[in-house]
Amino acid sequence: MKGGDMSLVEIRNVSKSYTKGDQSISVLENIDLSIERKEFIALMGPSGSGKSTLLNLIAGLDSVDSGVISVDGLDISSLSQADLARWRALHVGFIFQFYNLIPVLTAFENVELPLLLTGLRKKQRREHALTALQLVSLEDRMDHYPRQLSGGQQQRVAIARAVVTDPTLLVADEPTGDLDRVSAEEVLQLMERLSVHLGKTVIMVTHDPRAARKAHRMQFLDKGVLADAPEDTLTECL
Amino acid sequence: MLLKILLRNAFRHKLRTVLTICGIAVAIMAFGLLRTVVSAWYAGVEASSANRLITRNATSLVFPLPLAYKDKIRSIEGVTLVSYGNWFGGVYITERNFFANFAIEPRVYLEQYPEYVLSGQEKEAFLRDRRGCIAGANLARRFNWKVGDNITLKGTIFPGDWELVLRGIYRGREDNIDENQFFFHWDYLNESLRKTQPGRADQVGFYVITIAHAQEAAMISDRIDALFRNSFAETHTETEKAFQLGFVSLSEAILTAIRLISLVVIAIIMAVAANTMGMSVRERLGEYAVLKTLGFGNLYVSLIILGESLVIALLGGLMGMAGTFPASQMVGRAVGDYFPVFMVTRQTLCLAFSAALLVGVVASLFPMWRASTVPVAEGLRRVG
Repeated sequence: MKGGDMSLVEIRNVSKSYTKGDQSISVLENIDLSIERKEFIALMGPSGSGKSTLLNLIAGLDSVDSGVISVDGLDISSLSQADLARWRALHVGFIFQFYNLIPVLTAFENVELPLLLTGLRKKQRREHALTALQLVSLEDRMDHYPRQLSGGQQQRVAIARAVVTDPTLLVADEPTGDLDRVSAEEVLQLMERLSVHLGKTVIMVTHDPRAARKAHRMQFLDKGVLADAPEDTLTECL
Repeated sequence: MLLKILLRNAFRHKLRTVLTICGIAVAIMAFGLLRTVVSAWYAGVEASSANRLITRNATSLVFPLPLAYKDKIRSIEGVTLVSYGNWFGGVYITERNFFANFAIEPRVYLEQYPEYVLSGQEKEAFLRDRRGCIAGANLARRFNWKVGDNITLKGTIFPGDWELVLRGIYRGREDNIDENQFFFHWDYLNESLRKTQPGRADQVGFYVITIAHAQEAAMISDRIDALFRNSFAETHTETEKAFQLGFVSLSEAILTAIRLISLVVIAIIMAVAANTMGMSVRERLGEYAVLKTLGFGNLYVSLIILGESLVIALLGGLMGMAGTFPASQMVGRAVGDYFPVFMVTRQTLCLAFSAALLVGVVASLFPMWRASTVPVAEGLRRVG
């Protein structure tokens, strides 16, 4: 069942807990959330509130204890690890706080990396990777290694890597968390463009109210449940 | 891309990688050297012909056999050639100059050992001169002997000074042929014994028998020994290979110890390489998690780790194998008196390469398992 008018991401009654020693720690409890196509949503909340865990579950990096997560009509909570890996390769782009580029590969090679799983020929891979680098205005730095780029440039390369396979969903975990103000602004504008102009659905975990301001919608998590945002947070985000 | 990542990963921590490669190189060289010692021990066995039998006194090699046995042995069906000889045990100038020297019946003996290559002229000169002798090329080089030189051996088993003339210098047809031996006429020895110790004359230390078909070796050996059963000098006949193995088996304990040490060397370097790979993978768990996040499976990640481990191990292995040659030459020169054939064999190189390969594979097993089993979300937490 592929959704035409349906939300892109449907989260129904999802719970997740971790065990530490013989203790079970509940991280998410009965979460219900829908995210529309082309929506740019910010997940906020204090440290340990479960936002990164929720993001990992939506992106298929972790599995739910109970409940269902479906993306574009596909119940990803029922997929095997191998199927999840294939699904991620085609449908999800990842942007991390610490960029997570492979240090032994150049900017171009980092962007080309996800395309190895798509079956494209070398020439096509090259064209796609160059287009993605042009999108983030870094085509002139394609032969630079991550250590030769600034934090902001590395994050832009990471964004190029995230979009190079043209995924439906972009997930970003504190994308501006390690950047200075100017670089953070550049990255946020880029993400806004991806949502508005390229129609990507963006889910961003952030502590930064300035980052949240760029989103269409904000969801607040507290102690593993969806909650109303505190007044001061709301004020900062407006 | 996989190749690019694993090659670049291998040299990310240059000092650690170089030290590990050096360690593997030294270990593989030591392994190669120890295996070369083992091969040297077996050189005589390897050079043996399946068509040659050795008959000696059944009691012990130190007891002789009558010369009269020769014609009886020759008459046995399947036997084509028979020669004989004695271990002479002489020394050249001083006892420190030890080398293998034999009094032989030269005409048939040289026919039986075509692997000792002499020029036609040298062979004729040797056969014509009763006091003539021939030496292997290594031996001649060692004492700077030239054809025509007078050589005096001091007898230890057969006392006296034995004046000989070098009539030829033989070379081995293959690399594994011993070029440190010395041969002279048995007749010269026997004539002298007839005059000085007649009781020891007309006796030989061993017979060398060539047979037409190697597969008949056991049957012919039985026939020879049956012929002299219940005589005053019973015989024991075996293939040349078994005869040589008999000498090697005397040193079996030492050989076992050498083999064990060579394996221990590999086990130690395996642990060192595993530690290097373990450290590298621990540092890169975050990167592997990123690859898995992007959709790469455990197989891809495992191949990167295995490839990196193999690059390090095989580089070290190849360096070690290259180093085995000069090291073996040096050791060979030092122990040439005991190991006339001391050379790195193809089998040793294959074993050394396999050992390096094994080090690479084993060193990557635990890191591969670790990288494959760490959950992606946990691996990502290690970044930053």
